[in-house]
Amino acid sequence: MLKVNDINVYYGAIHAIKGVSFEVQAGEVVTLIGANGAGKSTILNTVSGLLHPKTGSIEFLGKSLTGVPAHKIVARGLAQVPEGRRIFLQMTVEENLEMGAFTQPNSTVDPGIQRVYEQFPRLKERRRQIAGTLSGGEQQMLAMGRALMADPKLLMLDEPSMGLAPILVDQIFEIIERLHQAGTTILLVEQNAQMALSVADRGYVLETGKIVATGTGQELLNNEAVKQAYLGG
Amino acid sequence: MVFLQYLISGISIGSIYAIIALGYTMVYGIAKMLNFAHGDVIMVGGYISFCTTSYLGLPGWVSVVFAVAVCTVLGVVIEGLAYRPLRQAGSLAVLITAIGVSYLLQNAAQLIWGATPKNFTSLVNFAVPEFLSRLNVSGVMLVTVVACIVIMLGLTWFTSRTKLGKAMRACSEDRGAAQLMGINVNRTISMTFAIGSALAAIAGVLLCSYSPVLQPTTGSMPGIKAFTAAVFGGIGSIPGAFLGGVLLGIIEAMARAYLSTNLANSIVFAVLIIVLLVRPAGLLGKYVPEKV
Ligand SMILES: Nc1ncnc2c1ncn2[C@@H]1O[C@H](COP(=O)(O)OP(=O)(O)OP(=O)(O)O)[C@@H](O)[C@H]1O
Ligand SMILES: [Mg+2]
Repeated sequence: MLKVNDINVYYGAIHAIKGVSFEVQAGEVVTLIGANGAGKSTILNTVSGLLHPKTGSIEFLGKSLTGVPAHKIVARGLAQVPEGRRIFLQMTVEENLEMGAFTQPNSTVDPGIQRVYEQFPRLKERRRQIAGTLSGGEQQMLAMGRALMADPKLLMLDEPSMGLAPILVDQIFEIIERLHQAGTTILLVEQNAQMALSVADRGYVLETGKIVATGTGQELLNNEAVKQAYLGG
Repeated sequence: MVFLQYLISGISIGSIYAIIALGYTMVYGIAKMLNFAHGDVIMVGGYISFCTTSYLGLPGWVSVVFAVAVCTVLGVVIEGLAYRPLRQAGSLAVLITAIGVSYLLQNAAQLIWGATPKNFTSLVNFAVPEFLSRLNVSGVMLVTVVACIVIMLGLTWFTSRTKLGKAMRACSEDRGAAQLMGINVNRTISMTFAIGSALAAIAGVLLCSYSPVLQPTTGSMPGIKAFTAAVFGGIGSIPGAFLGGVLLGIIEAMARAYLSTNLANSIVFAVLIIVLLVRPAGLLGKYVPEKV
């Protein structure tokens, strides 16, 4: 479904991603783990078209994404829940969801909103509230709901558990499981390697812009080096 | 009675400032830049209207349509050529470019239409009812105030109810996130300039109908005052621009009537400074708390 081929991404002179390749098959949950600054967000933003690789190529559903502007990539079925949620704080919950459906035909917006409310009843209660006044957990749910409004074939999540209390982290991972079971393909970026690997079919370990290990979730959980670096020994 | 007349004249000139300020505030709110050439688009609007009526002999309303069309295109072209390449640049570079565009428009106008002022014939010349004319209310004043209110309400509706309007607010908050929603940020900003410039054209026609001297610098002072009005009301806020514009017009009229004709402008700017010292975000501007 998604094929990333030997991409190199730069911020000016900084070589952030150094020849990374990976792929995500339809129906899989794939996780990308790595320490702060390893380049996880950079990869997601490159796939989303916010950044452009200097060399290498990205293919989604058999079509190249090279040169496709970010706003058109969403319409192809690739949505991202960005790091730090980045919901529209001054807009209401419902307006945020509407923005998520920006590329969708008008007739599907209301049913889409209802579906998100079923997944996240909390959002329904707060539909008219300004998003900036939601709690951190609610904001994360809104960010996920907003991305689902685009009816994505591949959903990319950038550290959805960041800054949340353990109970909320569990909730977020339950939602990820549920989306997975419903058939959504997921690319999950996490620092919480334990959690991420336990829900993932496969994982990639990223270190300073390079992939250093890959395998199924179980394999990586049992990998000595991974244990040392990310699972607290 | 005299006071009432000053008040009315203040409200009507203030309504022109408000229409210009609404254009400023839309562009600032969404593109996050001060388009200092906005005032000069007003002047272009005035000239286009003048040419269509005086040279082509077309009716007034046609000239308004022409002015709006030309200014809309002009605004979009200015944005595309001058500001879009600077999207990633610092705000100082953008500001200086905007000042450059302002001079460019003034000089181009001088080249095309000459420096000698044109005598603009008011486009509004219907008779107002007796009780209004006794208060020195003219047709232009009436049209201006009504136009201003309609525009303010229209923009409020547009930004809060329509898909494009909401997309504009999304771009204003977070361009990257807006792109992730599938919003074409460049096109959205372009639309914002189109709206702002269309408003500038309307303001230009009204301004020239109000004070008929049309020259290449006609837009400068009203432009600066409207910018002041937008900041005064809280830049980025639509009701703020409306309130700021009208208040500024009233303050100016009062200062001119009761204090000093020569100092009226200085008084206006002094009031702005005082308001900003007390309320740095302007009258209706607000700080939004951010949750991390
Ligand atoms: N806008 C930028 N300009 C310059 N360098 C950047 C920029 N954004 C990221 N970098 C650098 O690129 C590298 C990868 O950053 P990235 O944000 O992708 O890391 P990450 O794996 O997502 O980290 P985290 O877990 O902290 O979110 C880092 O060294 C970072 O300093
Ligand atoms: Mg990151």
